[in-house]
Amino acid sequence: MMCFYCTIRTQRKVFIYMSRFFRGFSLLVLFAVTTISMGEEVSKEQIKGLDEQVQDIKKDVLGISAELNMLEEKLLYPSNTQISLFVAMSEKDKFRLDSVEIELDGKSVAHHIYSFKELEALQAGGMQRIYTGNVRTGEHQLKVGFIGKSIAGNEHRKFENYTFKKGAGPGLIEIRLAGPGVNTKSIQFKDW
Amino acid sequence: MSGKIFRSAVLLFAAHSAFASETERLELKDPYFGEALYYAHQGEYFDAISRLDTELKQYYGVDEPQLDSLYFHINEAEFSVGDFELSYRMHRRAGRAIQAVIEGNVAPAVRNEAIFRLARIYFQKEQNVNALHTIERIEGDIPPHLVTEVAFLKGQIYMVNGKFAEAENIFQSLEGAKSHEGFAVYNLGISRLAQEKEEAGVLSLAKAGQISSNDRAVLAIKDKANLTLGSRLLEKGELQAAKQYLERVRLDGPFSNRALLGLGWADVKTENYERALVPWTILAKRNVTDQSVQEAMLGVPYSYGKLGLYGKSALNYGRALDAIGTELDKLDTSINSIKDGKFLKALVREEIKQDRNWVIKLRELEDSPETYYLMSLMASHDFQSSLQNYFDLEQLRKRLESWDEYYHSFEDIIALRRQYYEPLLPSIDDQFRKLDSVIRLRLEQRDRLNTRLQSMLVSPRPDFLATAEERIAGEAITRLVKRIGKESLRANPDVAYRINRLNGYLHWNIHTEYDERFTQAFDNLYALDEDIARLKEIYASFVRTRQAATQSYQGYDEQIRRLRIKTRNAISKVETLMARQGHMLEVMAVNQLVQRRQRLESSQVKARFAMAESYDRATTSQAPAAETQAQDEKSPAAAVDENVPGANAPTLEDGTEETESQGQSEQ
Repeated sequence: MMCFYCTIRTQRKVFIYMSRFFRGFSLLVLFAVTTISMGEEVSKEQIKGLDEQVQDIKKDVLGISAELNMLEEKLLYPSNTQISLFVAMSEKDKFRLDSVEIELDGKSVAHHIYSFKELEALQAGGMQRIYTGNVRTGEHQLKVGFIGKSIAGNEHRKFENYTFKKGAGPGLIEIRLAGPGVNTKSIQFKDW
Repeated sequence: MSGKIFRSAVLLFAAHSAFASETERLELKDPYFGEALYYAHQGEYFDAISRLDTELKQYYGVDEPQLDSLYFHINEAEFSVGDFELSYRMHRRAGRAIQAVIEGNVAPAVRNEAIFRLARIYFQKEQNVNALHTIERIEGDIPPHLVTEVAFLKGQIYMVNGKFAEAENIFQSLEGAKSHEGFAVYNLGISRLAQEKEEAGVLSLAKAGQISSNDRAVLAIKDKANLTLGSRLLEKGELQAAKQYLERVRLDGPFSNRALLGLGWADVKTENYERALVPWTILAKRNVTDQSVQEAMLGVPYSYGKLGLYGKSALNYGRALDAIGTELDKLDTSINSIKDGKFLKALVREEIKQDRNWVIKLRELEDSPETYYLMSLMASHDFQSSLQNYFDLEQLRKRLESWDEYYHSFEDIIALRRQYYEPLLPSIDDQFRKLDSVIRLRLEQRDRLNTRLQSMLVSPRPDFLATAEERIAGEAITRLVKRIGKESLRANPDVAYRINRLNGYLHWNIHTEYDERFTQAFDNLYALDEDIARLKEIYASFVRTRQAATQSYQGYDEQIRRLRIKTRNAISKVETLMARQGHMLEVMAVNQLVQRRQRLESSQVKARFAMAESYDRATTSQAPAAETQAQDEKSPAAAVDENVPGANAPTLEDGTEETESQGQSEQ
């Protein structure tokens, strides 16, 4: 396969140069998959070796992260007082959630504005832990509100109250949101 | 070439069908698993793995894992962590995790899913033989949602291992599968062409090139099929057929530049220079850093020259030279900028990554000329994986540095708690000990009462249920009898009668009311039990709170110290690796840019000569027509050449001679 930019032998023969120039301008080169040849200074082995070292450090840091998660949970949110609130969306719900606001026992504890990526993650089945905190055992009041837009572009705004009882173990409350097109309540709660 | 085309199609499909298929439609029973999915769906794989690792550690750490909510998702969690690790480019660890599932005692469907994922890892890592051996281990039940996925992957693995006949059979069976629309037909075409089944292969690619869809990935494979087919026919000299396919490639798709370039060449081959100008003029106005665009910028004046419009040709060569000059300046600036370390700084600019098309945006960054040619650099797998590693390391560095700050905060919290609780706890413990002994006494009393009542069910004891008044009265009568004496009672039958009457009254009441009193005693015991249950609850709550108070500040020092050491060691390792990875990227980028520079310099020289020639010809063409006619008469061979189609077209074999004869005729 000839290179498009083939070498010039002499500058005198203009037409010969032109010929080679266009000869190199060949179809084979044009349609071959463009690949970047590596410089001599970087070998495949070097790339692979460094890649393996990067994988090793990722493993180490993930280990630290998991340990830190557990330490954080034990230190900051002991199980007897821990309460976590999760936001989920109904399946196939295409309504555009803009923001969620949550009050726990009359105090605002979370306010979140959603990016497209976050919204897509919720619509794909992910659950967002929107708040983790500490409460005493016993009954507590939760007030949840959200604002969004329906597919038709109308504003959709809902508020709902919920009372839950915190026991000795960690409290997990799921807050499931739904748009106007879905045949369920706009805000549903589930105490795990 | 087919291998490369196939591999890029595979990547296109991989992006199209990334792990969504496996995690979708999963009824969640563990919110923390849902949280891991939430991060994974956003491409935040570090957080996803970290969350899931924590959950898995806790799951395997509890005495009764079947009571943990992750129990319902344990297989998915094990798989997902492998998937996330793969997406986070931790291929070695992902492979091991999935291998562990395969070797475990699991149902055939679960095992087959794990084998499928392992085979996919090998395939993505280009370990083709391992991928083949792995995928062939699948036997028995396959989860329904993976049936076509397994078949498609098997076909891909057969192709990269050169087993095109086997691959053809598989892709033929997948032709109608909606989930692999376009990709199966494309691969079928490539498999057939690889077996030299020319006609069938062309038909399949033509079919792939006519699929109608709104999916961007499917449209891209459609374009690719048309481009592959068009370029193949062009190579074979079937120019009209080639044009038909190249014209089907979308003008705004990722393959449009190469298709436009090919279209121009198809016309040049048939000496239809006027028509060649149409696609090349469009192409020449596109982003000049693209190699096809740079080639079209020289193709346009070449065509003008062929049409005898030498003035226009010279002007266009001039424009191309200007553009090449500008690009050379950019490349120089880029190379110098990279050498100054600005390339790496530009890559980690946060605002860039907010956009999904951040790679493209990089070119538009002000004051960052080093990123102009990044798109072509990104085409290299090695560069891309090195770049991703650099990003990952930068992300790790930031996390580790913030964690290092956390430890100070944790220690502050612990110190404050210790300061608060330590003076309070001794007196609380003292009070608690007193209360505890009282509580234990009462509990023992309750147990004694219960035992006595239970025994009275077998042998009734009405006297046990006498009221306090009855007991006092009974004792008073006994004392009275003692004081009077037995002799006096015998002497006074009236007194004896009255005492007997009183005793009889008491006895009557105690015995006749026994059943009622017995029932009441049990009712009272039940009521007591309720109070005791409440007492126990408060007791347990107090014990928990008391333990929590101690646990809130005791036993963390060693853990924090260990974590701090680990974190600092990791920071040091990450910084070293970042320096090495960054240097490697700079070297790769500079090498690439130098190579591009050399090519541009070479074409600059040629364009200068071509421009000079065009000016010469423009000047010559202004000479009297008669003189030209006279020259033509002197050179009959040249006149013959002009009348023979294709005689002036550039060819690989005899370009030199052709150009020389062309030169003679025009002089």
